[in-house]
Amino acid sequence: MAGSINTSKVAESQQANSVLLRVAGITVRFGGIVALDDVSFDVRRGEIAGLIGPNGAGKTTLFNCLSRLYDWQNGSIEFEGTPLADVRRHRVAELGIGRTFQNLALFKTMSVRDNIKVGAHCRSRGGFLANALRLPLTGREEPKVDARTETLIELLELGEVADIPAVDLPFGTQKRVELGRAIAAQPSLLLLDEPAAGLNHQEVETFIELIRRIHEELSLTILLVEHHMNLVMRVSDRVFVLDFGRKIADGTPDEIRRDPEVIRAYLGTDS
Amino acid sequence: MGGLYVNRTRLILVALVVVLACALPFVLSSYRVFQFNMVLVYAIVLLGLNMLTGFNGQISLGHGAFYAIGAYVAAVLMDHWGVPYWVTVPVAGVICFIAGFLFGLPALRLHGHYLALATFALGISMPQILKYKGLEEWTGGVQGIVILKPEAPFGLNISQDQWLYLFTLIIALVMFWLAWNLLRGRIGRAMVAIRDHPIAAEAMGIDVAAVKTLTFGVSALYAGVGGALGAIVVQFVAPDSFVALVSITFLIGIVIGGLASISGVIYGALFIQFVPNIADEISKAAPWAVYGLFLLAFIFLAPAGIAGFVRALWARLTTGSTRKKRAAQTQET
Repeated sequence: MAGSINTSKVAESQQANSVLLRVAGITVRFGGIVALDDVSFDVRRGEIAGLIGPNGAGKTTLFNCLSRLYDWQNGSIEFEGTPLADVRRHRVAELGIGRTFQNLALFKTMSVRDNIKVGAHCRSRGGFLANALRLPLTGREEPKVDARTETLIELLELGEVADIPAVDLPFGTQKRVELGRAIAAQPSLLLLDEPAAGLNHQEVETFIELIRRIHEELSLTILLVEHHMNLVMRVSDRVFVLDFGRKIADGTPDEIRRDPEVIRAYLGTDS
Repeated sequence: MGGLYVNRTRLILVALVVVLACALPFVLSSYRVFQFNMVLVYAIVLLGLNMLTGFNGQISLGHGAFYAIGAYVAAVLMDHWGVPYWVTVPVAGVICFIAGFLFGLPALRLHGHYLALATFALGISMPQILKYKGLEEWTGGVQGIVILKPEAPFGLNISQDQWLYLFTLIIALVMFWLAWNLLRGRIGRAMVAIRDHPIAAEAMGIDVAAVKTLTFGVSALYAGVGGALGAIVVQFVAPDSFVALVSITFLIGIVIGGLASISGVIYGALFIQFVPNIADEISKAAPWAVYGLFLLAFIFLAPAGIAGFVRALWARLTTGSTRKKRAAQTQET
């Protein structure tokens, strides 16, 4: 079943190294503060890219541009060749960009199962009339949503808690639910905003495993923002470093570790 | 397997309630039939309000206005153009849908207390709009409109009251079926997602503005259908039947019955129909004080509404019985 989730994506991902997301010269100002200053980078299909930087470097701002929560003043963002500036906020998911949130943004009163089903919202069409009158469209769609949801519940080992309201679950489990909700939208690019924040050592290990697994099984491209250096260096193919709104480095984890600019930004030394 | 069991018991319960509801007009006095007829009318209105406030999180203190529009559409159509009573119900629904949708557009910019005030403004101004001189030719001004009670069709040998009750029951069942489908599916999930976390809902691809305004429209449609039926049942509409207190009473109905609960609106409708009468019987001098006491008692004893109370009770009973069953099984082996 797990294989059937994203079969079309497998073919796409085989065009390795093609650019999936292109950020070109993005500048975001809030009043007098420059949150992002001429930031450019590419995310290639199939890779796991890490975005790191000290507090206030502009990481979450960038994420919020990618999901159209913020507007930018200069530059452009293209996803599979589509300029994101032309995409309305609720169309971003349909386009293929899924995300999780830094401080969790689950639908608290809804069960785990329903949270994941909402994730699939952008992959079905039935509106008010089709739902109320149980038109054939709804009859075709709902079983598909149900099946996909059950597959994800199994993949994320959420079976035991599937009927429990999200708010009643431990933090680590809530993070998995949010991940499941994001994947349910069948994204080609998954944005993870600090997925390890608030997790203990053991949970971080499990999460690394999980990210690798979904990356492989669903052939996703992942862009993650993280404070947890160990996690970023271990899972990422490539790392971008932001500092005070500017990109200061871009390379493999090994290159980043040796980069004098990065060391200075993180440790504050004059090397 | 567990799910199927629950669904079957639920289905049996629903069937029992429907059978009971069908039997009511043949065992009760015609005044009681009228009262239960109003319970059905209120249940439809509360169902719509609960969709908006309970499920979608948009508070309305003005649903009495849509109820009034529905009632007047029915009354004017029958009185002025001789339209058959059963035609007026869907027409009232459509007109209220449009009114609700239009009101839902500016409501998008208002949240919480501000939306409460904006809807209250609608509710409180409605009686005077209905008295407006320019509309008097249709609305009958302060006097209102008297409607004739329809006869039972197809030569059915039942009284007018019994027929009206059954007519309302059929429409109520259809409205409940539609609401059930809507709320248990993709759109219902979207409504609750918007209530719980609008930003995340939008990030999941939900068109928040469209769902909210359409929910407002559908909610008003339910109030309008209820209003039309109410007018036909009471056989009379007048501005003073639609004071602001009506809107507050509807909100009381969904909170006491259970927010975001479909079955809760039936408990809520029973409450708003019968508790004022009971309060009046207990104290002729201060019925509202008694009503207030009832309200407080329900809020403290059933903080999740009567539906929540029933659900908790049911859960305790069924887990109790499965525990006994399990105990019996382990004894056998």
